[in-house]
Amino acid sequence: MRKAALAALLLATASPLLADSLMPAAPYTNEQLPDPKQEAAAKHLMESLRCLVCQGQSIADSDAEMAGDMRSLVRTRIQKGEKPEDIRKWLIERYGDWVSYNPPLDALTWPLWVMPILFLGIGVWIVSGRLKRRNRK
Amino acid sequence: MRRLLIWAPLALFIAFFVVFASGLISPESKTIRSQLIGKPMPTFALAPGVPGKPGLSSAELANGKPHLVNVFASWCIPCIAEAPQLEQLAQAGVPIYGVAIRDRPEDLARFLARNGDPYRAIGGDPNSSVQIALGSSGVPETFIVDGKGIIRHQHIGDIQPQDVPGIMSALGAAK
Repeated sequence: MRKAALAALLLATASPLLADSLMPAAPYTNEQLPDPKQEAAAKHLMESLRCLVCQGQSIADSDAEMAGDMRSLVRTRIQKGEKPEDIRKWLIERYGDWVSYNPPLDALTWPLWVMPILFLGIGVWIVSGRLKRRNRK
Repeated sequence: MRRLLIWAPLALFIAFFVVFASGLISPESKTIRSQLIGKPMPTFALAPGVPGKPGLSSAELANGKPHLVNVFASWCIPCIAEAPQLEQLAQAGVPIYGVAIRDRPEDLARFLARNGDPYRAIGGDPNSSVQIALGSSGVPETFIVDGKGIIRHQHIGDIQPQDVPGIMSALGAAK
């Protein structure tokens, strides 16, 4: 029991060994922009950009330093008046479509849009067939 | 045929289950390669990362000679592992330029004193801005840039002894 308590205490006070720098966060990494409209635009964009370190998290969610630097980049550029979609395009030019949670409509991704319509069509076809059969009875 | 068909939904369910379960148990972690291979080096100008050594700008890099741009940091452990290989490349006459990510001059100076200094110049990149502009997603990464300033190759992770001949031949081809 005492050993377990000691282990718990040690775990609680341990600091993880992170491969992180000692530098303070870049400007606007964790602060909002003063203009609420710009901040809303930045937030909207940050939620749809993928973190390169914690893959599967958006840069708005991730605690990775690189995600912080990307938030700083997004916010400072939006403050300078750059359009959110231009920033997304700039990042896609560097990291590919992978970095964006907003997939483009192209030769590879068109099924994402067409398949739901196709499935809906199949559903309507099945249901209408059943209804017709039931009406006949 | 009908009798076989009733099993189709179950089979589909199992197939989906296996796909989702395997994705949950071992999520894929992809190496994201830069899309700038074959494209010119982005324009940048970085202040010196360490006192007594020049900083780094893209203009200086476009000097007609193929070179390596090494993205590294003093807080990055694999960067220590690749230091002897960089030293070897530097001794073979390869110009190596460093981009130090989120680094403090004193830490960088200590890192170079300890692990050797193969760099002709080191630019300090406190906000990872050049790293992001390069499409690099971690440290260490090394870009092979040709004499016209076109990025020819991206090496992700530390350069190991067996990688050195490949890098030398890629540099030779980049002339």
